[in-house]
Amino acid sequence: MQIQTKFLGEVEIEEKEIITLTNGLLGLEEYTKYVLLPLEKDSPLAFFQSVEEPQIGFVVAYPFAFKKDYAFDIGEDDKEELQVEKAEDLIAYSIVTLKEPFESSTLNLLAPIVINSVKKCGKQIVLQDNEAFPLRFPIAELKGSVK
Amino acid sequence: MLVLSRKLNESIIIGENIEVKVLSIEGDQVKLGIVAPKNIKVHRREIYESIQEQNKAALNIDANLIQKLTKKR
Repeated sequence: MQIQTKFLGEVEIEEKEIITLTNGLLGLEEYTKYVLLPLEKDSPLAFFQSVEEPQIGFVVAYPFAFKKDYAFDIGEDDKEELQVEKAEDLIAYSIVTLKEPFESSTLNLLAPIVINSVKKCGKQIVLQDNEAFPLRFPIAELKGSVK
Repeated sequence: MLVLSRKLNESIIIGENIEVKVLSIEGDQVKLGIVAPKNIKVHRREIYESIQEQNKAALNIDANLIQKLTKKR
């Protein structure tokens, strides 16, 4: 199927690639269907694009590329909601707030989007308020770990 | 909204296994202790509001920046 995207124009996707966020994202609960579109090969960044509304498109990042010690636990309820069978099916992405210059951009480590890559469902999980999980983690701290 | 008055060290029970207790009152600040099962999430309201705002702020992306990012190949 063809979808309109925010940055890539019209893109052909397969229906099975669609990720359902039953509760949407916080503040944007009305949009529940998304796809991940690669930004470029081997990049820790990707587009997280609503299938329903072209203007709802984010840049997301694989957080571990930017903060190697990033780790969190998921509660039993969230595991059930995400239909987790194997922990390795889960992938976490952080929403990037892109700024100019790129180094001043931030990652939302407090509320990652956790996706079950097999079941194609996901959820924005709010982690317990903690210094290790800042809402605006400066992307510049990557110090060349991403090439 | 149900409104209850509580004094220091008094508590309320929500459902069967959530307890909210007033631990201290100092000026305009109240310290609450919450005992709840692990699966009950407790967050300060501002946390949710700030995440909602951050999600919306993240939508505001300059297309030129995207071009720069993808040109870095």
